Amino acid sequence: MKDKVIEVNHLSKNFGENEVLKDIHFEVYSGEVVCIIGSSGSGKSTLLRCINLLETATTGEILYRGTDINTPGFSTTQYRTKLGMVFQQFNLFKNKTVLGNCTLGPIKVLKKSKEEARKTALKYLDVVGMADYIEAKPAQLSGGQQQRVAIARALCMEPDAILFDEPTSALDPETIGEVLKVMKELAKSGLTMLIVTHEMEFARDVSSRVVFMDNGIIAEENTPENIFTNPNNPRTREFLKRTLDK
Amino acid sequence: MSSEPSFFQISYNIFLQYWPMFLKGTIVTLILAIAGTLTGTVIGLLIGVVRTIPTHPHDSTFKKILLKILNIILTIYIEVFRGTPMIVQSMVIFYGVPILFGIKLGVFQAAYFIVSINTGAYMSEIVRGGILSIDKGQFEASSSIGMSHFQTMVNVVMPQVIRNILPATGNEFVINIKDTSVLNVIGVSELFFASKSIAGNNFKYFEVYLITSIIYLICTYSVTQLLRFAERRIEGRDSYTIHGSTTLTDSKFEIRPGRS
Repeated sequence: MKDKVIEVNHLSKNFGENEVLKDIHFEVYSGEVVCIIGSSGSGKSTLLRCINLLETATTGEILYRGTDINTPGFSTTQYRTKLGMVFQQFNLFKNKTVLGNCTLGPIKVLKKSKEEARKTALKYLDVVGMADYIEAKPAQLSGGQQQRVAIARALCMEPDAILFDEPTSALDPETIGEVLKVMKELAKSGLTMLIVTHEMEFARDVSSRVVFMDNGIIAEENTPENIFTNPNNPRTREFLKRTLDK
Repeated sequence: MSSEPSFFQISYNIFLQYWPMFLKGTIVTLILAIAGTLTGTVIGLLIGVVRTIPTHPHDSTFKKILLKILNIILTIYIEVFRGTPMIVQSMVIFYGVPILFGIKLGVFQAAYFIVSINTGAYMSEIVRGGILSIDKGQFEASSSIGMSHFQTMVNVVMPQVIRNILPATGNEFVINIKDTSVLNVIGVSELFFASKSIAGNNFKYFEVYLITSIIYLICTYSVTQLLRFAERRIEGRDSYTIHGSTTLTDSKFEIRPGRS
């Protein structure tokens, strides 16, 4: 049995009257690549943001390697360094160069030396194919390049898992490929990944497990083969029919 | 028989005769404006950071109450100093502080304090606006790599805010060069005070104050140009080098965007 990295129990989230997540139970094991699919507004991104504490869950508990993150004395800062996050809008630090984006966390949070941080940054920038651009500012890069730097920034913290929140949704069709390629490489390398995506083909190819969310609940959860060829839930069937027909 | 000296000759002679006084006044004005603007900006940055500290539902009640009280105090400070004229504040502070606190303020100390605290009130609102204008994603990205609010502010947000508020800061600086003139009411020997003394000597009010205006204009214009220059410097290089190889940095070529 592999280690459980994240476990979510009875999680719900309300925005005012609006119940976005309803009693979610969900787990991610070490080395898994889990893709969360579903139509817009089904709560996929909110779930991800609750896990990374960018949103505070209304009720329920989140366990990191078996410890409730609300346990007194549990450092949420430390917890966040263990979970990388890649955003839809990249969110690179606009005032920093590519290298600066990748070394800031390691230097300030992990207290690495500048030299060490630089070495790590170059290693991961090389992985995403952006090592040639260390001097560039985010505004000088294309969306795909920015997103690859954002992935390198997350990798530089050497996290336990990386959460991807629709990493290709803000990209044009041409650059989506370059980002997905990097993510495929990472998946192969054994990194634990939790990906919210609309790229069905990608989800089918790389996931160890696919989660289908609908209206704030997990409607179905299965291997990609089962979900894409033989879905149990009629809602899943309907969703896939709509998205794959496009 | 010599004709009446022309207007320009009179002005020129006044300037030749009194230039050391004009110069002294100008120096005091500039020092007060620079020191006051800088201190005010620092006050504004600090208050801006405090006023945007986020509260989480998990935070202790103590922290929440403390922040609430701090916020109320800061709001009162800002409203009072933005809502009253600096000339009145000068009188109240200069004559009030010795009575209320038993501290004897020197004229220059009082002047520096008044300009700083006044600028601080305006700057803190400018800074707050600057912080609010920063994309929420910048904060989220910072906290997702585990940075604290303070670290985020210092390393990510403030550098962007300072760049954004630089024009407004320059504006405050220019305003301060002019507005320090009201400090003559407490007897600060700045440029207006010096002009008043000179004009009181020779009764050539028009000529003296025309020279004074020109000096103010030269000061404000130079400052504006200097700030433009600073803004361009802060923008940084708009070209970057692609290193063909990260180990052999000599194999590189440069990319330049179209704009100059």
